[in-house]
Amino acid sequence: MLDFLKRPVLEVQQFYLLFGAALKNVFRRPHYADDIFIQMDIIGVGSLPIVILTGFFTGAVMALQMARALSQYGQVGRTGMVVSIAVVRELGPVLTALMVAGRNSSGMASELGSMKVTEQIDAMRALGTDPIQKLVTPRMIATCTVLPLLTIIADFVGIFGGFIIAYYLLNLTPTEYWSSAWRALEWNDVAQGLLKPFVFAFAVSLVGCYYGLRTTGGTQGVGRSTTQAVVVASVMIFFLTFFLTKIFTKLATP
Amino acid sequence: MAEETRSPVLEFEDVSLSFEGPPVLDHVSFTVNEGESCVIFGTAGSGKTVLLKTALGLLKPDSGRVRVFGQDITDMREEELFDVRSRIGMLFQEGALFDSLTIEENVAYPLLNQKSIHSTPDEARRRVEEVLRFVELEHTLEKFPSELSGGMRRRVGIARAIATRPPLVLYDSPTAGLDPITANTIVAVIIKQRDVSNVTSLMVTHRYQDGRLVADFRFDPATGGLRPSPNGTGPGTRTRFMVLKEGSLVFRGSQKELEASTDPYISRFVARRA
Ligand SMILES: Nc1ncnc2c1ncn2[C@@H]1O[C@H](COP(=O)(O)OP(=O)(O)OP(=O)(O)O)[C@@H](O)[C@H]1O
Ligand SMILES: [Mg+2]
Repeated sequence: MLDFLKRPVLEVQQFYLLFGAALKNVFRRPHYADDIFIQMDIIGVGSLPIVILTGFFTGAVMALQMARALSQYGQVGRTGMVVSIAVVRELGPVLTALMVAGRNSSGMASELGSMKVTEQIDAMRALGTDPIQKLVTPRMIATCTVLPLLTIIADFVGIFGGFIIAYYLLNLTPTEYWSSAWRALEWNDVAQGLLKPFVFAFAVSLVGCYYGLRTTGGTQGVGRSTTQAVVVASVMIFFLTFFLTKIFTKLATP
Repeated sequence: MAEETRSPVLEFEDVSLSFEGPPVLDHVSFTVNEGESCVIFGTAGSGKTVLLKTALGLLKPDSGRVRVFGQDITDMREEELFDVRSRIGMLFQEGALFDSLTIEENVAYPLLNQKSIHSTPDEARRRVEEVLRFVELEHTLEKFPSELSGGMRRRVGIARAIATRPPLVLYDSPTAGLDPITANTIVAVIIKQRDVSNVTSLMVTHRYQDGRLVADFRFDPATGGLRPSPNGTGPGTRTRFMVLKEGSLVFRGSQKELEASTDPYISRFVARRA
């Protein structure tokens, strides 16, 4: 019974140790600025098309679905409000993070995993660099910078997607849509909409790196780590968004 | 200061290490003195790679002590180990070249990243060219590891290991998976490195041929090739042999003693001689 629990507990502990080490390195030299920029390019610019695509269709689908429900109450004019709240609070951050987890957590796990099984990680340590400092911290910093920016883009594109539907299919005027969308947003919404991607960024980057660095068992092991990284990162995103939402709803209704 | 010329460079004292299951290193003790070449034989899975990684502090022993250059590295933290590691070169079994970096960047990596080395980019570039010329690969600077053959990658690995002029070099199976001719050129590079820079070295191998070359041949600066020289007569070089069997050192001694051994496991390595 205890043996059964030992493994997961040990893994959680190892994950937190990696988290701690990666955080500590943010404030310690040497800083590998080149690696940070390369990762920002891979994660940010690389994910832009898919993030825009998901954002647009999320907003459009929300508008379509909500308009039908709202029409029962004669409130189609409020479509903008519903779309903007749903996208900014929840769908923008979560779907963007899921997309980036699918692209980059897996990418990090497979890249670091291949390095692990070909002894490149050992070589790095033998040649005077700390793999956490050189590999994990730059990926974490890059993801934390880029994911909130990607989310802002996804939010705008999502609300714009809702507008396209509202304008062409629901016959709302641009002013009607945009003013209701804009007025719906409070500081609380914007704050959680930006805090969420920042928190998700740690999950996305560290889970990818964690599974990469603990890869064993050759190329087969790399495949296993990659899959596990995506699954665990996605599950963590859902857990985190649940708790963050809980906190923010508490804050909004004292 | 007379003893200093023969001071121990690497010492294992009763080192044991296990992952899950039986010990991978089982009470291993040995000493390698300055200027010695040590050749370690062992079948696949006998713990040769683990032994070298323990010497570098990449793996921690469960019990026993490891001393490098007289410093006890057993309980050192990772940051302290970087200083020790900067004086050890290691050729990993599969080369372990960084495949996102060019050959030049790979070989320059220890020069630019070892904290105690601090080369400027200019110095590093000059040294990289020099050391790649040493392994006869000076035309591959801009290539990536995936564009080289197995033997070439192995030689780049050697170049990277010796770029910082470390006084101790560890070679993990430098000839594994190579054809005999390429294997001999790799061993020739290792002998050349030993005789030109007078370093202490540890070489792990399956092939008795490699050990014999290391023991019986010397680099001849006049011809740029190898010439025979009976074991122990060269200036400052002495070759010792060790045999690992399932994590235990079952033999330590000279070439003569190795060839005289009647133990079936040990003579398996000797019997392979051409
Ligand atoms: N990281 C590890 N985790 C678990 N077991 C390991 C690990 N590294 C090595 N081992 C085990 O230790 C034993 C010795 O491995 P080692 O790599 O040292 O063999 P070797 O002598 O280098 O073999 P080869 O000639 O094939 O390279 C093997 O049984 C291997 O399964
Ligand atoms: Mg090995």
